[in-house]
Amino acid sequence: MTTYQNNDHLAGDFYTQNFAKTAGEGNLILNLGPQHPSTHGVLRVVVELDGEYIMRAEPVLGYLHRMHEKMAEVKTAAQFIPNMGRVDYGHALGWNWAFVGAAELVGGIEVPERAEYIRVITCELNRIASHLLWWGAYLLDLGAFTPIMYAFDDREKILDILQDPTGSRLTYSYYRIGGVAKDLSADCIRRIQEFIPWFRSRLPMYKDLVSDNIILRKRIEDIGVIEQEVCRRFGATGPVARGSGIKYDVRRAQPYSVYPKLDFEIPTSNLKCARGRYDVRMAEMEQSLRIIEQALEMMPEGEVLVKGAPKPSWKVPKGEGYFAVEGARGKIGAYVVSDGGKNIYRTKLRAPGYCNLSLFAEVSQGTILADAVAILGSLDLIIPEIDR
Amino acid sequence: MNAIPAELLNILIGLVAVAASVGLIGLVMVWVERKVAGHIQRRPGPYEVGPSGALQPLCDALKLVGKQLFMPLGADPILFWLAPVLAFLPVLLLFLPLPVGDGLQALDVNLGVLLILAFSGLAVLSVLLAGWASNNKYGLLGAARGVAQAVAYEIPLLLSVLAVSFVAGSLDLAQVVKGQGTWPWNWNIMTQPLAFLIYIVSALGETNRAPFDLPEAESELTAGFHTEYSGMGFGLFFLAEYANMVVVCSVATALFLGGWHGPVLPGPVWFVLKVSALMLLMVFVRWTYPRVRFDQLLVINWKWLLPLAVANLLLTAFFVKLAQFA
Repeated sequence: MTTYQNNDHLAGDFYTQNFAKTAGEGNLILNLGPQHPSTHGVLRVVVELDGEYIMRAEPVLGYLHRMHEKMAEVKTAAQFIPNMGRVDYGHALGWNWAFVGAAELVGGIEVPERAEYIRVITCELNRIASHLLWWGAYLLDLGAFTPIMYAFDDREKILDILQDPTGSRLTYSYYRIGGVAKDLSADCIRRIQEFIPWFRSRLPMYKDLVSDNIILRKRIEDIGVIEQEVCRRFGATGPVARGSGIKYDVRRAQPYSVYPKLDFEIPTSNLKCARGRYDVRMAEMEQSLRIIEQALEMMPEGEVLVKGAPKPSWKVPKGEGYFAVEGARGKIGAYVVSDGGKNIYRTKLRAPGYCNLSLFAEVSQGTILADAVAILGSLDLIIPEIDR
Repeated sequence: MNAIPAELLNILIGLVAVAASVGLIGLVMVWVERKVAGHIQRRPGPYEVGPSGALQPLCDALKLVGKQLFMPLGADPILFWLAPVLAFLPVLLLFLPLPVGDGLQALDVNLGVLLILAFSGLAVLSVLLAGWASNNKYGLLGAARGVAQAVAYEIPLLLSVLAVSFVAGSLDLAQVVKGQGTWPWNWNIMTQPLAFLIYIVSALGETNRAPFDLPEAESELTAGFHTEYSGMGFGLFFLAEYANMVVVCSVATALFLGGWHGPVLPGPVWFVLKVSALMLLMVFVRWTYPRVRFDQLLVINWKWLLPLAVANLLLTAFFVKLAQFA
């Protein structure tokens, strides 16, 4: 057996050593991740610990970089849609929409109204599924083992519904440039209508059993306070910004699709802490149900894909455009620059999780290790989306 | 032929019985916990191996025994392997003074409570050794938490036990049980409800069970002090945790719930039933609540449990003295 005289073999890589240069005397440098139960994938956070207190934290990214933006340069627009379902497995349809929307904007393609409503319904269902995933995983982070099973039970119903029109359960590539791939079947609409009252009846149970639990409240109240100024500085969007009282929702701020016709509220919270973000997400699930309900009523008959919709070999005309949608984690943006060639010249994807994560270093300073986990979870990070 | 004294023979038989039953209890408890957890979470739990999956823990245990014993580089080999053994061995001793039935006690000592409390304190040492010797930062953090927690929760535990001893006038578990009667209103829990509550909360903290499972909080510290243990090294920690649960529940039964007393059924059956009920309570708590934070854990202890336990003890002492005069 090899014997080591010192701990040289534990000195760490470039990031750790660079981070350790400015570490305080006697402080512990700890790598949370890339393999760690609470980082939901392969996020790595280098932290400097004084006892259990975090003096400094630095997220290290790139362990799940899959070159999606580069792939966009070597594929036609239609071929790139399946990539979008794989950027964020939590809210795949939001990403579908962002890219498809940008391509339609540049191409000047109208979308049939029924397709717009179908997009709204499926996107909101996907948002609920994403929030449920977050809810279960967050409570798992906080040491409650059981809620995730209930969350997945509900989420399963949504996945079953979405499986019908989209043909997949997680990494959807359902939207097309000029509409959606398939109409919602009568059976699918019936199942959505059955799901809405059922899920509404579940939410009070979650509130009674989990949200009002004293241990949970002690764990997330006044933890990870993010000031509005910090949110703005780092470009945080979605429930993270709304949990700090910033009433910014792309569905209202930069209206797209048929959202202006729908009546729904933007839940915000002035608590600014993890509890605020928790409350916002729980309220958003209810609002999504409201949106789906209205959209189902208002949905007209008709085509779901525009006549003469672009073929897979369709070349995006010369021009550029930016399209943003409200994802489950915040503002999802796709910026498309086309020179009229076979492939899109450049596609830039704005991932909300990237901005939301970047404020972690500042917010986690001076907190306890357990709180850092609570803060990290409350940001609702999906690592594949951050690394892209 | 009379070379072996009767007491020694008694202890020897008791040890063999305990060693056999600890393994069995471990297997049964793992199955019960997984089954209960499964039903709480709306899933069936283990069901493939044996009737209702009852043989699953046995298969898991065999798998653990068969696994390679792995030690990280830079770990202290002696301390690293001493820790799980040290976690498990005192547990065997803890079972000896437990009065399962009238006269059914492996080691009849007049300081049974003290013996149990003293040897259960050794568990801290194994946690510290495991965390320190494995040369792992998570392990070290877990060990630091474990020591602070165990030291903190031992005090209210001790004080709540003392209150009962005051009433019973003895530190012998069998004597304490004899002082109680058949029916629930004859049990010590009626005179010492606060002590019982403090005892149960402290016992959760003492056995590192959720919501106080901070030394091994897996979402923060991966697996805490036993991060680096595999195979039977981990298996022994696991077994010790369940055996410790049985011990604290047995002590609670003897001190507060009338021990072997109960109508109709024979004594040992009642004892096992009461212990099982308490164990189920601990399992239910684990699968229901989130984990508390470390500083909150200590606040609960130092600011609530300890003052309450002291007040309870003083009050008990006052009334015991009053009863003597009366």
